[in-house]
Amino acid sequence: MSEENKPGWRELPEGDVLEAGTATKFNTGGWRSNRPIWNEKNCIQCLICWIACPDSSVYVKDGKMTGIDYDHCKGCGICDKECPTKAEKRAIVMEQEKK
Amino acid sequence: MQIVAKTGNEAMAEAMRQINPDVVAAYPITPATEVVMIFAQYVADGLVDTEYIPVESEHSAMSACVGAAAAGGRVMTGTSSQGLALMYEILPIASALRLPIIMAEVNRALSGPINIHCDHSDTMAARDFGWIQIFSENAQEAYDNMLQAVRIAENTKVNLPTMVTTDGFIISHCMENIKILEDQEVKDFIGEKNAPVSILDTDHPVTIGALDLQDYYFEHKRQVVDAMSKVNPVILEVAEEFAKKTGRKYGLIEEYKLADADFAIVALGSTCGTAKVVIDELRAKGIKAGMLKIRVFRPFPAEIIAEKLSPIPAMAILDRSDSYNGQGGPVFTEIRSALYDKGKKPKMINYIYGLGGRDIMQKDIQSVFNDLKEIDNKLQINYLGVRE
Repeated sequence: MSEENKPGWRELPEGDVLEAGTATKFNTGGWRSNRPIWNEKNCIQCLICWIACPDSSVYVKDGKMTGIDYDHCKGCGICDKECPTKAEKRAIVMEQEKK
Repeated sequence: MQIVAKTGNEAMAEAMRQINPDVVAAYPITPATEVVMIFAQYVADGLVDTEYIPVESEHSAMSACVGAAAAGGRVMTGTSSQGLALMYEILPIASALRLPIIMAEVNRALSGPINIHCDHSDTMAARDFGWIQIFSENAQEAYDNMLQAVRIAENTKVNLPTMVTTDGFIISHCMENIKILEDQEVKDFIGEKNAPVSILDTDHPVTIGALDLQDYYFEHKRQVVDAMSKVNPVILEVAEEFAKKTGRKYGLIEEYKLADADFAIVALGSTCGTAKVVIDELRAKGIKAGMLKIRVFRPFPAEIIAEKLSPIPAMAILDRSDSYNGQGGPVFTEIRSALYDKGKKPKMINYIYGLGGRDIMQKDIQSVFNDLKEIDNKLQINYLGVRE
């Protein structure tokens, strides 16, 4: 691995301190094994998934759920678990990622 | 300066009261319970300004300490044995993030078999986590070391977490007269903490402890190595200032009748007190016995130890824990390594002793000095006080 252009240990700030907000620079959804699929037709817009998502990966626009940020969703399934829609009309279901 | 009767635990709690840290997060464990229990009483009585976090485990205690220290606070905790073991996962995070957390650690055997008494296996197992480790011989040293630890850990060249250890029950629960400073003197000595960054400073937001993979982890670990290499001069500076205030002198090591010794032992902690009595008795009989006491085990003061030990003809290294490596205890292997490049290599044998609180008596230490007279006939690694 080429490391020539990166700072050496003397130049780096002490103790792994970086600027704030670095998570926006990385797509942390790459290692998801299950993906939540949102079905807009069945969604009752309760926003419980938005509240429960630990990765802020539920898109909301003008007070309404509009989709899922697959760049950052880690596929934990909490949105599916918490979604109160009935079994026959699920708004969120988990599907295995096809690699 | 006043003289008070305190156990080792009480002495450490008293030091904590005078230090008045911003945050203490701790979980009780024998024989260290009293340190944080007494301190919790100080919090309840309003004697300190500390935010006390009674967590659900030592893993959480050290995690809370890391968070509080990253917020810029002066942070302390106390633990022992299994409690320290439960912190192991977080200990290297504290050092990698350069958080000068102070820990009162009461040395106790690691289970199993389950045991609550003194040996050094818990602290020695934490020796490679980037923490400074300072051993105390008695309650006075425990008190003095706690105060000095704050200055050492928070020195801007250092910024490393520090554990001050006592020996379980032998120091932690035995009462002795100790000299303590006035509260204001302690306040003046330790000064204000000056944290370079704080996660609570929203005007200057930072990320602390981000994922650090192949491209940066190594550099951050190299920084810890560099910081460790600067610790010992700082310890000596702080000790000198402390001596001016108190008259009590500390170094990286303590020599006890060592310079002209024909036979020497090396030990840490409470055993050194017993050994001093034995050495005095042997000296009275004309036997040139001496001791090198290690006060600072991390970073290991290899240079001064090699310098002091290399002229001694025969010596025994006393280890209160074993490494199960077939090469002796951790103190023994460190010292042998320190002496490798010295032209004159003394004869040196190892004694593993006192595991699980097995008493080490004067007669045991006498037997070690006896053995040293015929060091060529001894095994390299010996088990002192075990039933054969």
